[in-house]
Amino acid sequence: MPTDVHQLDDGAWISVNDSREVNVSDLWLLARHEFCPCEMADFLAEGVVEVGVDHPDVEARFAGRCIQCGTEGVTDWLAVGRVIEPETGEFYPVVPESVHVPRKRTRLATPE
Amino acid sequence: MPSKVEKWKDEVYGSEIREHLLEFAEEGWESIPEDEHDAWFERFKWWGLYHQRSGQESYFMMRIGTPNGVIEPGQLEVIGEVAKEYATGPADNPEFGDAYCDWTTRQSIQLHWIKLEDIPEIWDKLESVGLSTQQACGDSWRNIVGCPVAGKDKHEHIDAWPIAEQLNEQFKGNDDYANLPRKWKVSVTGCDEGCGQGDINDLAFEPARKDGELGFNVRVGGGLSRKEARFARDIDVWVPPEQASDVAAGMSALFNEYGDREDRFNARIKFLVDEWGPEKMREVLQAEFVDFELPTAGEDMRDQYTYNSGSQVGHDDHVGVHEQDDGNYYVGLNVLVGRQGADDVLELADIASEYGSGEVRLTQRQNIIIMDVPEENLDALLDEPLLSEYSPNPSPFKRGSIACTGTEFCSLSIVETKNRQVRYARWLEANVDLPEDHEDFHIHLSGCTASCAQPQIADVSLRGMKTRKDGDPVEALDIGLGGGLGENPHFADWVEMRVPADEVPGAIANLVERFKELREERPVPEGQEGRDGEAVERETFREFVEARDEETLAELVEPEETDYEDPYMHNTKTTWYPYVDDDDMDASPAPTDGKGESLAPSDD
Repeated sequence: MPTDVHQLDDGAWISVNDSREVNVSDLWLLARHEFCPCEMADFLAEGVVEVGVDHPDVEARFAGRCIQCGTEGVTDWLAVGRVIEPETGEFYPVVPESVHVPRKRTRLATPE
Repeated sequence: MPSKVEKWKDEVYGSEIREHLLEFAEEGWESIPEDEHDAWFERFKWWGLYHQRSGQESYFMMRIGTPNGVIEPGQLEVIGEVAKEYATGPADNPEFGDAYCDWTTRQSIQLHWIKLEDIPEIWDKLESVGLSTQQACGDSWRNIVGCPVAGKDKHEHIDAWPIAEQLNEQFKGNDDYANLPRKWKVSVTGCDEGCGQGDINDLAFEPARKDGELGFNVRVGGGLSRKEARFARDIDVWVPPEQASDVAAGMSALFNEYGDREDRFNARIKFLVDEWGPEKMREVLQAEFVDFELPTAGEDMRDQYTYNSGSQVGHDDHVGVHEQDDGNYYVGLNVLVGRQGADDVLELADIASEYGSGEVRLTQRQNIIIMDVPEENLDALLDEPLLSEYSPNPSPFKRGSIACTGTEFCSLSIVETKNRQVRYARWLEANVDLPEDHEDFHIHLSGCTASCAQPQIADVSLRGMKTRKDGDPVEALDIGLGGGLGENPHFADWVEMRVPADEVPGAIANLVERFKELREERPVPEGQEGRDGEAVERETFREFVEARDEETLAELVEPEETDYEDPYMHNTKTTWYPYVDDDDMDASPAPTDGKGESLAPSDD
């Protein structure tokens, strides 16, 4: 089955296959990014702006701020986890505190 | 393409949700199919139920909408009884214990730890005395706010209470307005003090005179959320009281027709006003949604607004003893951060009946007012021990404190709020002296950008953040200054960002000291020697902030560790409940069944 992804509760949650999986307010370390001048952005995710699927990755753009330099804005696409077996739909989240590389979107996304 | 939420709303929404809820309640938490949780939780909001955050599965926040904050005789007792019996969770809050009511910034009531299985009984009890949770949340007409002493206020030009009642009657449970693109917040005020806070509502009726007749000017498109704060815009419409509901119907129908259902972040009417401008809003309202000629705006009373104006003159809130227009008195009690234990609520219900009419009212500053107290009962009322806790004469720091729900229960919040603000207020009361001419000093703490504590309209605005301290992530706050309402409302300027939460009281203390040192004197304009009759007066805090640029203000806010201790510096969002010894998510008993027994898989 196709992976169903949407944001909920004013951007508080990313729901994957109708299960609330990724919440805001975590710190994400971003490398090779264009979000701010910091080599490694220490990014506080304040709200989910956009979600999408680039199988097997579940991706999102977050509104938030780098707590090192104070830059505010919206990230490029971050992989927040994977659904490896579409049949089971089981979601494997990434660990926000590890290092992530945002990327430009290559597929269409829904604006939810 | 309509959003996912719109698809769910198309399937089931509005009044019909109740039958589904009752069935789920009858069969228990596990009867809600897991793959339908998102859809049902979104729909349940319409009936005032908000599923609590991660680690608290199966528990709900229940919101009771009380139009204009009016709680009629007999209702407060039921609210207290419901809180005592049902708003009890698996762990106590160290400041508030178990079972409490939250009075909200929209004159509503919130109860936490509500079990799905208990909802039918709770509804029976609430509805038996005329209370309702209908449309307390969700995409429809929310609780209508206004001057909390409407109908009994000496400063009133129009009694707005019957209009609020009429709007509530007309638009609650009305299928034509049940499914709007987003929430719809309305304020109706007939007094000249500005305490309806119309400026931050989607639709505001404010008192105005036109050709000698009293009515309302109409403003549209206010709101504070998501770093997109707007004051409601004047659309140059005046309406007589008897046609207020027609204009309200027309404007909410306009929102229903033209609001954005594809992008929920762009759905509030403030964005439509941004796009169209006030002139087009008026034109479309006139052309398509009302069948009578809309008069142009009348002469408003905004130059008299004192509420949250920072002027230190006149009513800034409703705390204290004040005479009503019928010769009785109302006694406004300060409820620190709006939270009151159920036993105290029950005691207050008794006191309100013994000394007054039994009616109480909620304010938009999270406080509660005992109404209709005859003068001869005042002394005995003020001697009641309960009023030492909920004082009509609190310190400015307690009086001025507002806090949202925070990470205790909320999915969106970044930091702990209510207990922290209680500790802030106590520390500031003990350690900081405001100038004698400042009885009103508002500190609003919001856990995130949703702005439920209305941080942008406070003297000191606090908003949830994070930072690192000694390399470790800690809860932090952005600090803004100089926000408020009044004739010329102003949003706070954010001047110091990411201050570790344990350094915020020191920052406020330093700011107040610098304010006292640096505030300037000026001659009182001729004919205005009202303030103590002096010929010179000194800047108010709000004027002090307005007169300085952000860089200067930032230098005046010096974050500093003090003897204030903050037990919530860790990431409270990653706990199942921030105040328990074993707060790890894995230690959560949730979800639980109707008796509170854990349904979580056992390790055995």
